[in-house]
Amino acid sequence: MTFDPSHAARSFSSVGTRPIRPDGVDKVTGRARYGADFNMPGQLIGRILRSPHAHAVIRKIDTSKAEQLPGVKAVVTAADLPDLTNGDTSMYDILDNCMARRKALYDGHAVAAVAAIDAHTARQALKLIDVEYELLPHVTDVDQAFAADAPLINDTIITKGVDPKPDRASNVSMRSQFGHGDVDAGMAKADFVVERTFRTEQTHQGYIEPHACVANVSSDGTADLWVCTQGHFVYRQHCAQLLGLEASKLRVTSSEIGGGFGGKTHVWAEPVALALSRKAGRPVKLVMTRDEVFRATGPTSATSIDVKIGALKDGTIIAADATLRYSCGPYAGSWAEVGAMTAFACYKLENVRTVGYEVLVNRPKTAAYRAPSAPMAAFAVESAIDELAKKVGMDAVDFRIKNAAQEGTKASYGPVYGPIGIGPTLEAVKNHPHMKAPLGKNQGRGMACGFWFNFGGQTCTDLNIGMDGTVSLAVGTVDVGGSRASLSLVAAEELGIDYAQVRAVIADTSSLGYNDMTDGSRGTFSSSMATISAARNAIKILRARAAQMWDIPVEDVTWERGHAVAKGETHGNLPNLSLKEIAAASGTTGGPIAGHSEIVADGAGVSFATHICDIEVDPETGATKVLRYTVVQDAGKAVHPTYVEGQYQGGAAQGIGWALNEEYIYGKDGRLQNAGFLDYRIPVCSDLPMIDTQILEIPNPNHPYGVRGVGETSIVPPLAAVANAVSNAVGVRMEHIPMSPPRILAALEA
Amino acid sequence: MAGIAVSTTINGDQAEFLCHPDETLLEVLRERLGLMGVKEGCGTGDCGACSIILDDRLVCSCLVLGAEAEGRRIATVEGMAQGDKLHPLQQKFLEHAALQCGICTPGFLIAAKDLLAKNPDPTEEEIRFGLAGNLCRCTGYDKIVRAVQDAASVMRGA
Ligand code: FES
Ligand code: FES
Repeated sequence: MTFDPSHAARSFSSVGTRPIRPDGVDKVTGRARYGADFNMPGQLIGRILRSPHAHAVIRKIDTSKAEQLPGVKAVVTAADLPDLTNGDTSMYDILDNCMARRKALYDGHAVAAVAAIDAHTARQALKLIDVEYELLPHVTDVDQAFAADAPLINDTIITKGVDPKPDRASNVSMRSQFGHGDVDAGMAKADFVVERTFRTEQTHQGYIEPHACVANVSSDGTADLWVCTQGHFVYRQHCAQLLGLEASKLRVTSSEIGGGFGGKTHVWAEPVALALSRKAGRPVKLVMTRDEVFRATGPTSATSIDVKIGALKDGTIIAADATLRYSCGPYAGSWAEVGAMTAFACYKLENVRTVGYEVLVNRPKTAAYRAPSAPMAAFAVESAIDELAKKVGMDAVDFRIKNAAQEGTKASYGPVYGPIGIGPTLEAVKNHPHMKAPLGKNQGRGMACGFWFNFGGQTCTDLNIGMDGTVSLAVGTVDVGGSRASLSLVAAEELGIDYAQVRAVIADTSSLGYNDMTDGSRGTFSSSMATISAARNAIKILRARAAQMWDIPVEDVTWERGHAVAKGETHGNLPNLSLKEIAAASGTTGGPIAGHSEIVADGAGVSFATHICDIEVDPETGATKVLRYTVVQDAGKAVHPTYVEGQYQGGAAQGIGWALNEEYIYGKDGRLQNAGFLDYRIPVCSDLPMIDTQILEIPNPNHPYGVRGVGETSIVPPLAAVANAVSNAVGVRMEHIPMSPPRILAALEA
Repeated sequence: MAGIAVSTTINGDQAEFLCHPDETLLEVLRERLGLMGVKEGCGTGDCGACSIILDDRLVCSCLVLGAEAEGRRIATVEGMAQGDKLHPLQQKFLEHAALQCGICTPGFLIAAKDLLAKNPDPTEEEIRFGLAGNLCRCTGYDKIVRAVQDAASVMRGA
């Protein structure tokens, strides 16, 4: 579907308004049901036993004492989850991550699980399981794991993407490279060069709702799963494959989701809950503790990134080079690859090269976190760009404007851009009053840009028109932050009816065709495309029914503002038929009226943002306070502007936490030392100022209304924007994130 | 394990339950009494999702034992609306889109209700510090603060 240019001038009637979301009242009254808010009759409580060791062979697991404890109904280990992955290595890794098979690969790795009549008994039972471990040397640091003499995590990992193929195993699962031109020749021409190594620490998505599910496997091979997830269709596939169930016999219902940010995109506990239920013959509810969430799920990569950028005297960037090492947990990943793709995506570069290395470490399997891998690369690149601008003697914004990518630029990761928003966001920042506000002592201002691809993917939507003329929209992309409101607006817009006449629900996996998960900022982008096409299909039927009611040819019927209108001289005086009137007659004109749509939503337009941040550093303590923050981002077209602003603000806040405070801290023993919200401190209300937002609308040529995804880009610039602000305040280039007080003091003393 | 008989008042109604001595009030409210609006984000007093008002104090119900509720008054999010009329805080949270995923919302509403009961005209800073015990990962707090400011002015006017 392509953008209809007439929309650029068109005035929308529903899209762009800010109504209250359809799921709102349930969420403010406590009635909305999240993962842990659901119970089944006769359900058991499941609990998982986790390895206390970073790296160990599992010699033996003795579950007999636990099994004998009264009230215990099932105990499972890897033996109850046989390998059915058929050579699919990424599924095998997911299986191994759900339940350790030969080795425990990180502190928190699941090794066994129980289902018992209550939580108390289940906890008791875990203590009765005997696991015999043989400890192995471990490595949790990305640079140490990258070194040639590091303890080997998986002796079958031979680095891919290297020619000739290495002859021995290492902790580097893949090397990837992007770029064009001749970087070395370009760098030789540079008048100014900045070269530095940056580090970022591992963070967690920090969703407030722990993973939770209720699994029910019947002896006839059918099963139900209630779960908080970003993608219930994907969970169904994973679980069906890992458990050997038929996908159509496993019905997965997505609960309301209490935050995901990429962290609820693949299974952890769900296959275990299903295995427990199958063994016990009863439903099993499994809810993680916060400690488990930190130790076993989530985290991002920790990174170490070398950047070298050269510029000519006139401010043209002549060459850009980066080498990015990203940790991916104990399994192969493609996180550095994504970092390498995004690193220089904001700029128009003649000579550019990025090389990514995926590094295995004894930490939890890395998962996506909102524009995964991009914030760290942006931190390194945007820090170096700021420093280079100073060397050239240009203002940070002007230097970026001079080098910004444009329509027609060949991106550093390959494709040629269509209409994009990097230039406009920079211009908006340049003219923003925030840039001109005075700063006080110990205060600094920073700005930075960010890029994200956005994603479309498989999408299926049903739009059913009730006999009373109301519309129910069944969507398959999980609503993580207000998309039911946006999609109702889109359906109302297309049909020409009131928002209040539409109700959107998230359908379960047995009621709708396959949908990819809500990731890649695709929820509103792709489901709105499917909704528009479903509505247009419904309108075809509505027109046909009106034609039938009038007894005129369907070609003479148009659809305008929610009504069938008869055209042509002969029937120009027929009164319009409303959607409601046509729906009321549907029983006698051919039955139910519905529109369906199954699409691959191609063409999710790329997204750019530029952020401004003011901070104040206390030179005594090293503590940093964010004083003012502004987000400027291209939304293509903001369907529900309030929720677009919310996405901008939320991403910025997460990025600020990452920049200043959040990090996984591992001890020498390879164990996580801060697996709780007290010690892994995310920003609280008093840590932040209001977060100003400015929505730009540069239509996406591939969407009928011009919509682009908006969910992820907002977390890309903050690490760099805050770091540039701190560097400007303290006069020292900050190279290590988070910039916690001890690191700032150390930088000040150095 | 013998159950302890507890008699309490929840959202104005008399409630009686049996609980284990080691059971938290959060577990009792959710699992025994079905008040699922009270959320568990951490179980260790760090997120505020389980906030309730116990007599006149804002507490994390995950840090209170069920048995401690004996003879006390408990207010949860389920008691905020009067019939189909939302509390001004609930209404303003909706209007300002002060929730995205909404898992933190019950805790914020209860904490904000307690804050406004003690300080009907708080400054932005007082709101920010008053709500600092509640974590929200989605919103960046901007719209939450605005919703509380707006609700406070409605409640003062009422
Ligand atoms: S669950 Fe009680 S404070 Fe988090
Ligand atoms: S709205 Fe999701 S945690 Fe607050």
